[in-house]
Amino acid sequence: MFEMTADWLVYDMAGMRGSQLGDAAHFFVMDVSKILVLLTLVIYVMGLLRAMLRPERVREFIRKRGNISSRFMAVGLGAVTPFCSCSSVPLFIGFVEAGIPLGVTLSFLIASPMVNEVAIVVLATVIGWKMTLIYVVSGLSVALIGGFVLERFKPERWVEEYVWQIKMGDPQLETEVMTLKLRHQYAVSQVKEIVGRIWKYVLIGVGVGALMHGYVPREFIADFAGDGGLPSVIGAVLVGVPLYSDAVGIIPVAEVLLQKGVPVGTVLAFMMAVVALSFPEMLILRKVVKWPLLAIFAAYLATAFVVTGMLFNSLAAWL
Amino acid sequence: MINIKVLGTGCSNCKTTLKLIDEVVKAKGLVVELDKVEDIAAIMGYGVMSTPGVVIDGKVVHAGGVPDRHKIEGWLA
Repeated sequence: MFEMTADWLVYDMAGMRGSQLGDAAHFFVMDVSKILVLLTLVIYVMGLLRAMLRPERVREFIRKRGNISSRFMAVGLGAVTPFCSCSSVPLFIGFVEAGIPLGVTLSFLIASPMVNEVAIVVLATVIGWKMTLIYVVSGLSVALIGGFVLERFKPERWVEEYVWQIKMGDPQLETEVMTLKLRHQYAVSQVKEIVGRIWKYVLIGVGVGALMHGYVPREFIADFAGDGGLPSVIGAVLVGVPLYSDAVGIIPVAEVLLQKGVPVGTVLAFMMAVVALSFPEMLILRKVVKWPLLAIFAAYLATAFVVTGMLFNSLAAWL
Repeated sequence: MINIKVLGTGCSNCKTTLKLIDEVVKAKGLVVELDKVEDIAAIMGYGVMSTPGVVIDGKVVHAGGVPDRHKIEGWLA
């Protein structure tokens, strides 16, 4: 359907078939329309189903669990809750105040931007289920293992003093009875809020993907991205870190990279570096933790992305 | 006089919420005290983890996301 629309608009109406510009424009129209439609649908449906999975409730869920199950819970809930990074600070403080171990909290903070249901659906539609499975499983593993690894460093000593002082009031918010109408209103407001926040990442991501698709020759990208060896995977992570995008925005770029023959592990490492490790996010977390913890947090993530990339590059023959 | 507090650390949704409430208040011709609470400790003190939150006369009526216009009108009815 999206392909037909793009064919008609770009090739038939604008008569751009067979040119580099035409290919780029075709890619742009197809991916933007596909992603925006999917985004709206998935967010709406999830909004209807979930209606009220608030952080306050997530906190209650996690605090009541034992050590190991709370970790899985944190990663799983991090994956299904699309909190914007501006909520990271209250989330962090709320978790700490509830006595949730720091490792579990950090797991949650890693999983939350990296994996979400919207990204899963878009990834599966645009690239395919295999890549989706790989991305989700490795994303969740990085988050889960991150909790254990970061705990080894006794991160408590780097939490800002004032965080320990905060006493959280009782969430006295009355639980409304969720009628279908209220659920619908909530779902619509979620669509507005989330699409309003990430549409620019989608446009930029698809724009970059389209330019690469139309103008950058396969050989050039293949040369540049290398053979999937260690230096090229480290390179992919280093290029990805200063870039920042929502998980959905990076998908069209990954799509083109894979089309142009970049090894799957390299693409994976690049995607994760763009989505889960960024300077703005670090600055937000800086409000609650000191630099040493941020440095260790970043170093762990970068290392984990390289390891993940190498792992899947070496498995690529069997995938 | 009704006291309304908007809880938020300065994100764009918080500003939108404040503006929306102000509009509804003006449209209804009400006189209220409208405050902005930006201190994170104070926000958490209300038990709110997802901003923006709205507190009316000391009671949390909303948390997380920009509230719907109808919802705001309901609070002020």
